[in-house]
Amino acid sequence: MGVGLCAFYFWGTNWLLNRLLSDKPDADGIIIRKQHLRSNISPWLFTGPALLLLGTYLVYPVFETIKLSFMDRTGDTFIGLANYRWAFTNPEFLQAVTNNVLWLVVVPSLSCVMGLLIATLADRVWWGTIARSLIFMPMAISFVGASVIWKFVYDYNGPDVSQIGLLNAIVVAFGGKPQAWITIPFWNNFFLMIILIWIQTGFAMVILGAALRGVPDEILEAARIDGANEVQLFFHIVVPQIRTTILVVWTTITIIVLKIFDIVLAMTNGQWDTEVLANLMFDWMFRGGGDFGRGSTIALVIMLAVFPVLIWNIRRFKQQERL
Amino acid sequence: MDRKHTIHPFFSGRLFTHLFLLVIVVVWTAPTVGLFISSFRDKDQLVVSGWWSAFSSSEKKTAGRIGGAGEQIEINGKFIICGSFLKKGSSKKIIAFGARSNEPDAYQIGETIRHKNGATFRLDADGSYCWESPKPAERKRGQRYFYVVTSPPVFTFDNYREVLGSQNLGQSFVNTLTVTIPATIIPIMIAAFAAYAFSWMRFPGRNFLFIVVVGLLVVPLQMSLIPVLRLYNRIGSLFAVEAKSYLGIWMAHTGFGLPLAIYLLRNYMSSLPRDIIESARIDGASHFQIFTRMVVPLSVPALASFAIFQFLWVWNDLLIALVFLGKADNQIVLTSKLRELLGSYGANWEILTASAFVAIVVPLMVFFALQRFFVRGLLSGSLKE
Repeated sequence: MGVGLCAFYFWGTNWLLNRLLSDKPDADGIIIRKQHLRSNISPWLFTGPALLLLGTYLVYPVFETIKLSFMDRTGDTFIGLANYRWAFTNPEFLQAVTNNVLWLVVVPSLSCVMGLLIATLADRVWWGTIARSLIFMPMAISFVGASVIWKFVYDYNGPDVSQIGLLNAIVVAFGGKPQAWITIPFWNNFFLMIILIWIQTGFAMVILGAALRGVPDEILEAARIDGANEVQLFFHIVVPQIRTTILVVWTTITIIVLKIFDIVLAMTNGQWDTEVLANLMFDWMFRGGGDFGRGSTIALVIMLAVFPVLIWNIRRFKQQERL
Repeated sequence: MDRKHTIHPFFSGRLFTHLFLLVIVVVWTAPTVGLFISSFRDKDQLVVSGWWSAFSSSEKKTAGRIGGAGEQIEINGKFIICGSFLKKGSSKKIIAFGARSNEPDAYQIGETIRHKNGATFRLDADGSYCWESPKPAERKRGQRYFYVVTSPPVFTFDNYREVLGSQNLGQSFVNTLTVTIPATIIPIMIAAFAAYAFSWMRFPGRNFLFIVVVGLLVVPLQMSLIPVLRLYNRIGSLFAVEAKSYLGIWMAHTGFGLPLAIYLLRNYMSSLPRDIIESARIDGASHFQIFTRMVVPLSVPALASFAIFQFLWVWNDLLIALVFLGKADNQIVLTSKLRELLGSYGANWEILTASAFVAIVVPLMVFFALQRFFVRGLLSGSLKE
């Protein structure tokens, strides 16, 4: 059924374009005009569906969300700044902001450090390809799947019985006391973050690994001849060389972190002080029949946090295009 | 990818490098391996022992009740109740037993419990017991004894049978496919046309529009959820159709996937040699012909890269499915189903592990089979120096 509809769409577009483009002019005078017309129209035929969809699903919603954030729960009555006033006095919201900041500090930095470390190590052993492949694998696993995997690792069976959760088993083996890890406020945030780091390190590793390989050997050799040791080489030559790439990876993971939702929903649903903005937003979309005003306000806060990256991306793109 | 073994020797010890990387790899894979092994374990063993001991026998403390007064027979003035705690032919073995719940391992096999009233109790490794007493048992329900039983490792497909059958995960699998395939193909087609136009056609506003696309790359999904949901609800009530439909989610995934698709494909298409496209133009080929006959075949690697991205993204998506699809059996996708199971069967690891594996097996296969394209796509998406 799905594929049928898709094929229909494809042939529809195809036919329409074909018809308009193979339109053969009949008299000399009209050829030029028609060609001119064609070259004016055809770009819009090519980009039309894309622009329409982008407009509907991304551009229009941005403005609509801004509007809705000044509206009440149904999205119909104007209530001024009430949603913002609510947000910045609501302990749940403030906690979500705090937790998001914590995520923003920890996840991108640890993912980058681990990615860089593994990329460096994997380049130096013969089984590096296998190692990279295995580290990279979590990228293919959904956040929910990863949550199940890690919930099993963090599983707690109660005191004095054998533990089937890997983490508790290790803790017990070293003489510690088993814990219900994801219910310990504050620290549980880190146990959730580990899941995302587990997923994103592979990404960082691949991108940074490619950049590492792009560092010219001559520069390294020159530095070695000048007497730099390997650690100096790494921090003073290699890292500055791939600085832009590190920034790209960092910002990409930052954006993923800002939108993090599935892991928190599946692991705790914001209980035990683990709330984050995206989960809170989803919650308000449906809580008590849904509050579109508050939901939009929270979405807008996420958008504002993304905005600097958006500007930086566009600026970087403009620079590249000029080169 | 060619590797150079000599660069960046950050760590000098060769053995140290091997060991350190090995530890990281083990830490990274152990959680998934644990899930995989557990999904094949017998559910009774799964709850008492960790997956790392899956290949050795597991011990369990439990209790059994001997037969009641109705089952006793009198031989030579002695009242005897015999029976077995284990099923005949069971692979389980009893290694210790006791009369009190706090010491189920007080007696070894071969020993006999002597009660103060003169009764004795004996239990064998195969589960068969005999209770003997000079006085007759009076209660209808038999006395309770405690024992430690070991069972050899059991691996089974029962968990998968359970989740695919009674948990209806098979239907969710089909639903996920129904969402994923069109939601992967549609954006590729639309984006390929747009990317061609952005690379090889001249039209007013081209640069501005493409910059908008670059900006949209990072606009969070959350911005779109409420407006699009309202839009769908309005369309739904206007035409008296269900607001939550497959068509709706295909279009949503298409819209959200387009910025990356256009960006990746445009980067690739604009790097194709200008000469061949211009000479084709001079030969009188239309843009449409150049696009279908030259650019699309040449762009297969980029198309494949994006297809893998989009496939994985849609397959693994939970948020869009929760908002734009229903939770009835005919619409619930794997991720959404898995999340519900996590809520309602939080402690039933035999169900969760098997379900999770069903949900991740397709992306994993796609990933391992097409890793090359995936990596290439990642690189071209974020590294354009």
